[in-house]
Parts: sequence; C-alpha cells; structure tokens
Amino acid sequence: MIEPLKGREQTMGTLILRRFFKHKLAGVAIAVMLVLIASSLLADLNPFSPTDQNPTNKLRDPNTAHWMGTDELGRDLLSRIMHGGRVSLAVGLFSTVLSILLGIAVGALSGFFGGWTDSILMRITDAFLTFPSIFVLIILGAFLREQQLFVLQNSIFVVIVIIAALSWMWPARLVRGLFLVLREKEFVSASKALGGNSFRLIVRHILPNCAGPILVSGTLQMASAIITESGLSYLGFGVQPPTPTWGSILSTAQNQIFTAPWLGFFPGLMIFITVMAINYIGDGLRDAFDPYVIHTE
Amino acid sequence: MATYALRRVLQTIPILFVISVLLFLMVRAAPGGPLTAARRNPNISKEQIEAIEEKLGLNDPLPVQYGRWLGSMLRGDMGDSIKFRRPVSEMIGERIPNTLTLVGAAFFVTLLLAIPIGILSARKPYSPFDYTMTTITFIGQAIPVYWLGLGLIVVFYVALKNPFTGDPLFPVGGMNSRGQEGNPLDTLWHLVLPVTALSLGWIAWYSRFLRSSMLDVLHEDYIRTAKAKGLAERWVHYKHALQNAILPLVTLIALDLPSLFAGALFVETIFSWPGMGRLFWDAAKGRDYPVLLGVVMITAVLIIFCNILADLVYGWLDPRVKYD
Repeated sequence: MIEPLKGREQTMGTLILRRFFKHKLAGVAIAVMLVLIASSLLADLNPFSPTDQNPTNKLRDPNTAHWMGTDELGRDLLSRIMHGGRVSLAVGLFSTVLSILLGIAVGALSGFFGGWTDSILMRITDAFLTFPSIFVLIILGAFLREQQLFVLQNSIFVVIVIIAALSWMWPARLVRGLFLVLREKEFVSASKALGGNSFRLIVRHILPNCAGPILVSGTLQMASAIITESGLSYLGFGVQPPTPTWGSILSTAQNQIFTAPWLGFFPGLMIFITVMAINYIGDGLRDAFDPYVIHTE
Repeated sequence: MATYALRRVLQTIPILFVISVLLFLMVRAAPGGPLTAARRNPNISKEQIEAIEEKLGLNDPLPVQYGRWLGSMLRGDMGDSIKFRRPVSEMIGERIPNTLTLVGAAFFVTLLLAIPIGILSARKPYSPFDYTMTTITFIGQAIPVYWLGLGLIVVFYVALKNPFTGDPLFPVGGMNSRGQEGNPLDTLWHLVLPVTALSLGWIAWYSRFLRSSMLDVLHEDYIRTAKAKGLAERWVHYKHALQNAILPLVTLIALDLPSLFAGALFVETIFSWPGMGRLFWDAAKGRDYPVLLGVVMITAVLIIFCNILADLVYGWLDPRVKYD
C-alpha cells in the first residue's frame, strides 16, 4: 500500500534549502555574508568619509570614535573598509558572473556539438589555462589603463573584465563535462524526437540540470576572484586610488608597518573572513545539491 | 614514449603561437615604445625619427614585424630592457635560480608536511586530529598570501627580537645580509619567513587533496583483499594505498603551476626576494614591456614543459597508463 504523503509537499527548492541549512557552518557563513554585504551597502551611514583627509588626526590607534583607527592621511579606517567592501564584493560577484556566462557559452557549445567545435574551443581553453594568469593580469592592468578609451579609465570595470577573461576556463571545462554526460540522457533524446532544436535542448533541457555544480564551483570561483582582485590592487595594478578596496588599503598599510601594524590587519582580516564564509557556503551548497551525500552530524 | 613526448611538444606549438601573438600585439599597441625618449628630444628632428623607424622596421606590416620578433625570440634574443638597457634574457637568467630556490624550498616543506598530514587524516577520518586539520586547512586556504607575508613581518621582524643581540628575530628582504653574499646558511636564514608564507596555503591544499584521494583508494577492492589476506594495516596503508593515492598529485601539481608562480610573485614582492616575480613587478611599475613579455614567455614555456614532464612521469609511475 502506498502511504499518503505526510505534511506539506516539498518542492525541489525547499528540499535544497533544508539540506543547505543542515550544514550548520554554512548557515553561519550565510549570516556572516549578509552582515558583510549590509555593512558595505550601508557604508554611507558611517559618519566619516572614506576619502576626506585629516592631517591632524592621522595614525590613531583604534578608539571609540574610530573603531579601526585612522590611516596615514587621517582617514577613518572603518569607513574605508566598509566602502572598500562594496568594491571588493562587487568585483568578486560580477567577475564571477561574467566568467561563468562565458564559461557556459564555451562549455555548452563544446560539449553539445563535439567534433571540430569541441577540439578548437578546448585548444583555446588549454592555451588560456597555461597562461601564468597573475602575470597577464598585471600586464593587462597596467596596459589597459594607459589606453585613451573612456571605459578603460574606470579601473573597477577593467578589473572585472580582466579577471573574468582569465578565469572562464574552469566553468567551461565543468560545463563541457556535464554536457557530455547529459546530452546522452533519455530526456534529451525525447525532446529531440519531439522536434526540439539545438538551442532549445541546450537552454531548456540540459542547462537547468547543470545548475547545482555550476553554483558550487561558482562560489569557489568568487572566493578566488576576491583574492585575485585584492592581490592585484595590493600590487598596484587593480582598482586605483582614491577608490578604496581591501587590497589597496592593505597596500598603503604596508608602508606603516612599523608605526601602525593594525592598519594592515583589518583589511586582510576582511578578505580572510569573506573567503572563509564563501568557502563554507560552497561546502553547504555541495551537500544540498548532492543527493548522495552522507550527513555526518 | 618518445613519440608521445614529441607529439606533446608539437601540440604546444599552437598554444605558444596564440600566446606570442597576443603578447606581441600588446607590446606593439603599448604606449611609449623604444622611441619615446627620442621623440621628446628637441634636438632630434621628425625626419630623423622617421629614418630610425624605417631602420628598425616599425613601418613594416604587422605580420612581418611579428615574424621578425618571433625569429629573434627563437634565437633567445628577447630584446633589451627599456629601463636598464640590458638584454632581457640576461636579466631573467640571473633571476631564475633565485625563484627556483624559493619555490623549491617552499615545495619541499609543503610535501614534507602535507603528505603525513593527509595520510594521518585519512587513516582516522573524523577523528579529533582530522577535525583539527580540516579546520586548519580551511583557514590556511583562505588566508591571502600577501596578508600572511605582512603578518609574518610584523610578528617576526617588527615585534619579536632576538634576546641575545636585540636584532629582529628573522631577516626580511633580500637573500643575504650585507657581507654574507653567497653564504648558503645565511640564505637559508633568509628563506624562513618567505617559505613559511608561501607554503602554508599549499600545505593546506595538498593535504586536503591527499586526504580525499587516500579515502577514495581505501574503499577499493584491492585494499580489502590486502587486509583480508592478513597484511598489517600499516603496511596496507603505506604501501598499497599511498602508492595509488599519491599518483594524481603529480598531475595536480603540474596543473597548479600557474598559481604556484603567482604565490611566488607575491612573496618575492613582499620580501624583496630578487627572483623573477620581483623583476616582473618592478618592470610592470616602470612599464618595461620587453622585460614583462620575456618573463611571461619564459613562465609559459616553463609551465607547458612541466605539464608534459608530469604526464611522462605519470606514465612512468603508473604502469596502467599507456602512451601510443
């Protein structure tokens, strides 16, 4: 006898959410990320400006007025960290989205059509994978900024594009692998038999089934994009001053290492916390999307 | 095997071609160029500059220029540094051993620690040791190498002092103290902090990888067979399991090379280590494009070469892999 379903019906979404929050640290990580996002969105509520200089009030230790102290130009560090978070998180998010879109396009074409399309696209992917990416990022960062084109004067835009341009290979390979498996499945043949064209097969039938793995690898990629942006800005080839980002704050803090070591502590800590939180969210998503995962709590 | 190696080398040619075309176009489009100083000089007339351009072939069609540039690249001539007016190949040649010393030392420390940690975690999964290591590796993977480097400088150079001499506990900057050039012990002393900064993240990453690879292998039938015929657990783990679990590490390391070089770049910048990364960073600040291109080209070749090497080593380590 078939037992009637007890309780409310569970959709795929609620099931995934339930499984996600079973991973306790992932829940904590979501909360941490929400705080970080809120603090950077509400950065303007901070009474101190991130750019106004105050020569009489420089290099103060953390105190009740300036919770993280002030930097070498007398700017409030907390305010700079909050505004910097806005840039760092936005660069991480948008470069990841862009890179994943690029990767999906390449991977889907490659995996779905196979043959010549596949070999050519995969050779290009391999070529990009052998690029020592940080070196190329630095060259591009230095080079593009010197061009006269108007959009290239915006260093945030440049950083987003170049990080995406050198990281789409991982989602491309992942999506290609998934497509190779999924295109042989019965539901794809069924749709084909019903007259679905390639575009419909790719977008409506195969792609939705790749959502889980793409999301999981996307989180890891966002973490590494944030580290890359900070690193690039730290080296002086990313987002340009006076726009604060965690990386560039760390870079100027380096000069004050003897007089004010805490200046470098806070921006690095923010990068660290963000990356930790994103990694744990990725961990939780992996559990949530994997029906075979064994919960060990 | 020899034909396989040859085929792999031939396959890299299109990759190197794509990279070199992109780099060449960038250097051509880059502002400045070799005649910037001459253009600013009021004593040199426009006609003279045009004559020099003609002589250097700057007016030829781009493919012709590319061919000439590629030709000299293949002969090992990477042009002269704009800033130092020295051959780029010579400058890079001086720096390569220093980078290899740093990366080699860091990698040695990494394997020395990551392999035992990975094995012990896998032997007793979900034990207190495993949980502690899991947490530490999660932290180790999330610490940006540049922050760690600065932190090490603050703690071991600024804050802590040698109780006997009052000097900083560890040296920071360069490979040698003044007057100690060429002294290997002094270099080792200077390696401590950079190697720590560089290897922490690697140790985390590779011990994680080895743990999960070990766990996979431990579920294999041949492990059960080995245990069933009464072999000591220790022997099964270290002989049968480890041999198979460690294989994928070879491929992984080869794939990771670009990010390993990236780590070296940051550490060399922070600790003023006179390697290729530091050279590159200085050149990038001065927009010294010939040096930049030289370093990228050399690193790309190095990475491709190591990938081929890893494939060959893999085939040698794992008799199941056949090349044909």
